[in-house]
Amino acid sequence: MTKSELIAELASEHPYLTLADVDRMVGVLFDEMTDALARGERVELRGFGAFTVKHRRARAGRNPRTGEMVSVEEKSVPFFKAGKELRERLNEPTGKSRNGARP
Amino acid sequence: MNTLTRAHLTEKIYAAMGLSRNESAVLLESVLSRISIAIAQGDSVKISGFGTFSVRQKSRRIGRNPKTGKEVPILPRKVLIFRPSQMLRDAVNDAPGGDADRQGQAH
Repeated sequence: MTKSELIAELASEHPYLTLADVDRMVGVLFDEMTDALARGERVELRGFGAFTVKHRRARAGRNPRTGEMVSVEEKSVPFFKAGKELRERLNEPTGKSRNGARP
Repeated sequence: MNTLTRAHLTEKIYAAMGLSRNESAVLLESVLSRISIAIAQGDSVKISGFGTFSVRQKSRRIGRNPKTGKEVPILPRKVLIFRPSQMLRDAVNDAPGGDADRQGQAH
């Protein structure tokens, strides 16, 4: 599923909104989550999962092609941990069942 | 550390869309639910500019209880992988986000 497919599904689920409205809403949502992570905050959506920022220390790496040593700088990377409910749904025999992401 | 929750996101949708708070909360839930359904069906979900959720099949392996040292089988299962987009990586990495850097910020 792509973002535009998601938007189309949402628009047909909520007919009082136009496609443009839903597009804007989805944009606001992911922008807010991105901004929070950029501020070093976590985003916690119970039942779905949590986005956090992990810090990686500087290390000596290697160019895998040439074998040459390179120094890899310290960096921060986004990380997602799936929530319990979503993890369980993933391993249910049917793959679906249970409505909504919220307990 | 601050945590962004459903309540914050609902408030943002409310402010941006001119819907009621209740409708905003329903919409947010609807987004999460749609993504969850796709993932639960084994679909990958690609949100351009943010990242991709995909499902990976893990095969059976022998694990060990770290406390007792006893061998236990780990059954085949599916795990969810999130791969952040380059845009999200850059946003997170360019930010003054590091733990050490944050000390100077307002409390």
